[in-house]
Amino acid sequence: MPRPGFVLEVDRSTPPILFWRGENFTLEKLPADRSRVIYAPEPHRVIDDIDGAIRHSLLNPIDMDPLPTLLFPGMKLSIAFDDISLPLPKMTRPDIRQRIIEAVLDMAAEAGVDDVHIIAALALHRRMTEDELRHQLGDRIYDAFAPRGMLYQHDAEDPDNLVLLGETPHGEEVEINKRAAESDLLVYVNINLVAMDGGWKSTATGLASYRSLRHHHNTHTMQNSRSFMDAHKSELHKSNWRMGEVMRKHGPKIFQIETTVNNDTFPKPFDFLAKREWEWNGRDRAKFIAAQAGLNRTPSRMARNIFHGIEAPHNMTSIQCGEVEAVHKVTTENVWKQQLVEVQGQTDILTMGIPFICPYNVNSIMNPILVMCTGLGYFFNLYRGKPLVREGGVVIMTHPTPNEFHPVHHPSYIDFFEQVLTETTVPSELEARFEKQFAEDDWYRHLYRTSYAYHGVHPFYMWYWGSHGLQHCGRVIIVGGDAPTVRRLGFTPASTLNDALEIASDVVGRNPTITHLHTPPIMVADVK
Amino acid sequence: MARDYPKQKTRSDMSRRVLQRAAGLAEGLEGLAAKPVKMWRTKGFPYRAPSVPRGVEVPTKESTLGANFDTDFARGPGSRFVRRLLVAGPVNAMVQFLARPTVEGVDRLTDLANNESIGGVIFAPNHHSHLDTPLMVTAVPKPWRDRLVVAAAADYFFDKRVKGTLAALALNAIPIDRETTSRKSSDELRHLLARDWSLVIYPEGGRSPDGWGQEFKAGAAYLSAKTGAPVVPVFIDGTGAIFGKGMKRPKRGHTRVVFGAPLFPDDGENTRRFSDRIERAVTLLGDESSTDFWTARRRAAQGSSTPLTGPDYTGWRRQWALYEHRKTGVAGQRRRQKRRWPNLD
Repeated sequence: MPRPGFVLEVDRSTPPILFWRGENFTLEKLPADRSRVIYAPEPHRVIDDIDGAIRHSLLNPIDMDPLPTLLFPGMKLSIAFDDISLPLPKMTRPDIRQRIIEAVLDMAAEAGVDDVHIIAALALHRRMTEDELRHQLGDRIYDAFAPRGMLYQHDAEDPDNLVLLGETPHGEEVEINKRAAESDLLVYVNINLVAMDGGWKSTATGLASYRSLRHHHNTHTMQNSRSFMDAHKSELHKSNWRMGEVMRKHGPKIFQIETTVNNDTFPKPFDFLAKREWEWNGRDRAKFIAAQAGLNRTPSRMARNIFHGIEAPHNMTSIQCGEVEAVHKVTTENVWKQQLVEVQGQTDILTMGIPFICPYNVNSIMNPILVMCTGLGYFFNLYRGKPLVREGGVVIMTHPTPNEFHPVHHPSYIDFFEQVLTETTVPSELEARFEKQFAEDDWYRHLYRTSYAYHGVHPFYMWYWGSHGLQHCGRVIIVGGDAPTVRRLGFTPASTLNDALEIASDVVGRNPTITHLHTPPIMVADVK
Repeated sequence: MARDYPKQKTRSDMSRRVLQRAAGLAEGLEGLAAKPVKMWRTKGFPYRAPSVPRGVEVPTKESTLGANFDTDFARGPGSRFVRRLLVAGPVNAMVQFLARPTVEGVDRLTDLANNESIGGVIFAPNHHSHLDTPLMVTAVPKPWRDRLVVAAAADYFFDKRVKGTLAALALNAIPIDRETTSRKSSDELRHLLARDWSLVIYPEGGRSPDGWGQEFKAGAAYLSAKTGAPVVPVFIDGTGAIFGKGMKRPKRGHTRVVFGAPLFPDDGENTRRFSDRIERAVTLLGDESSTDFWTARRRAAQGSSTPLTGPDYTGWRRQWALYEHRKTGVAGQRRRQKRRWPNLD
């Protein structure tokens, strides 16, 4: 029986706590009697017979007819799936998406369906390489569909392959992939790593164009989402759900398949990283010392390759399919079961170790903008109810934050860092002054469509993602970060955690309460 | 006056003299042996086997060869250690040299590997060549490879003690009758599956005589139904062209081993039907191997997959069709030629 999440009150007997620092980690001693550490629940048991569960779910959907009855000869079937941003880290092969899509294709073949397209729903994310697609879908699907042009990646900038379905009452245009929109049935295969994923966000975001996405990826929705993890209090989700209504009326019939995974994040020999420190045995301690010493002497490029080579042992804990909203309700409950940790009250200082990965730097570099997005966008928003840190409180992150960008994956990030952040770091201001220029830049568009680059507007979205955190916090400090880079982000650099706490005392006083988010593994604080 | 020169010794003279000496030696030996042989001949029983009285039927002692060959020794720790070395070393080297295999579909066995309640697994491949078994013992994935037993034809592999011992030691082969599974064989296999040993059994019963497959016999299905062990269909492509039945020496080539999703007998399903299902699964894998996943699925659903047993007609047309069929498989795939630039020196 896995243990639930746990909040540790730090006292003098508490050992130093693990803090991630990109492709490395340190142990930090937190002040006694006013600090606490939040640990994630232990991984839930995965389904033993995953293929059997998939088949059972396809035959017994929620609020919809079984999948085989929706398939008929001569129909247009499209299967869309989540891209490389999920799950994190990538899972060991076979990926859940491969198993589900193979089961769907089995049924489609039985029904005599010939016209099948498989579409990676990557919105404005970068195109995936052949290796990455093979990892997600397996060689069988790739070899059968890719050479015939029946497996491809959604292009949010291809006017010939987008179709406007209509507008919401709020004037939001709903423009999605033409093939998906004109299909007799759209099957969406999702992985719900966090509660934010899934539902109408799958199709309304994953298969949408920039024209459509800009209505919910902006500072207004981000600052009014409290938090993204709670769809009921998220403007981002409300906008997506409104678009979902338009799709329900004017779009294709959607058969939504949602899955949840457990939080078994690290394989051996990195498994100690998910353990509670006082439970580390001699071997774990030796592994930590060896890993830290080794990583201190390893060039960053090699360290990145080591960490991005990790294949997580997490696997499927539930699968449900059928009508989008009904399915998502069940999925969200299952995500909460794995991730929720009850926490009493807010804190003055929230500390977080930023790891090597976020959804936008898989097999890539965690650049400074993504450090901001991971800290203030993702980790800050890992709450339900109230933010973990009080309004006007301080967020302390630990990350080296080098001034380093992946020139192929993140070309527009480089210009964003050099041209936009030197002018302003205020989300609404940079949105008004610069977004259009980046979004409509022909070179970025060309790189997005033909290379492996994120869309030109993507760094803006990353900045908006953290806008709620920026608005909420009195100060953001990055420990161990490259000082000029951290200052460019508008944050305060600090050499050590003690220095950071000293700096924070200007904002929160001499005896602040401190809460450390011990993640990864992913958890969500249910703040009462 | 003509002068007489001494006659030179020729080579034929020398060999004649050696033969004469050898014949003399043999004669001497014969003379020495003649006496004791004569004594032994005249002595009779108990120096010779007893004669059988008329009207008395002597009970025949059960042969320890064939299906009765005892292979228990091959599962002992010593033999397992030796076999592990053999499989990792010479067997693997031979397979890599001759067959250059590609192994696919192992991901379909992930759940099986993770499920601790499942012990032994029955691997059911098609059978074209003696090379199939070495290929299987090197291709079967790790959780099962170290505890793998191969069902081998009793009349072929276990007709001589040395041959049987070698087959048991090197491949962990156990004898099985081709036509009817004897009670002893069946009990032994069930016993092994219950002790978490996995089994490679060729449901066709023997190598293909003409390059096409043969109808599946129900042995694998029967064992699965009796033990609850899952059957993993396996398609082996290319071994027939390398060392098929009737070939005197092997010809290097490429092979492919495709593992399918495990099959369990359904409630109330008899072994004949289950065996048909296994055959269909192997046929589907064969089609997948020569086309692709999606085409194979659609053809299977339409009932138009190329059957393992080949076309119904006989004679040269059947052989002709085999030639065409092999061109679609791994054996027929031509490797891209190395680009040769003209030598301008």
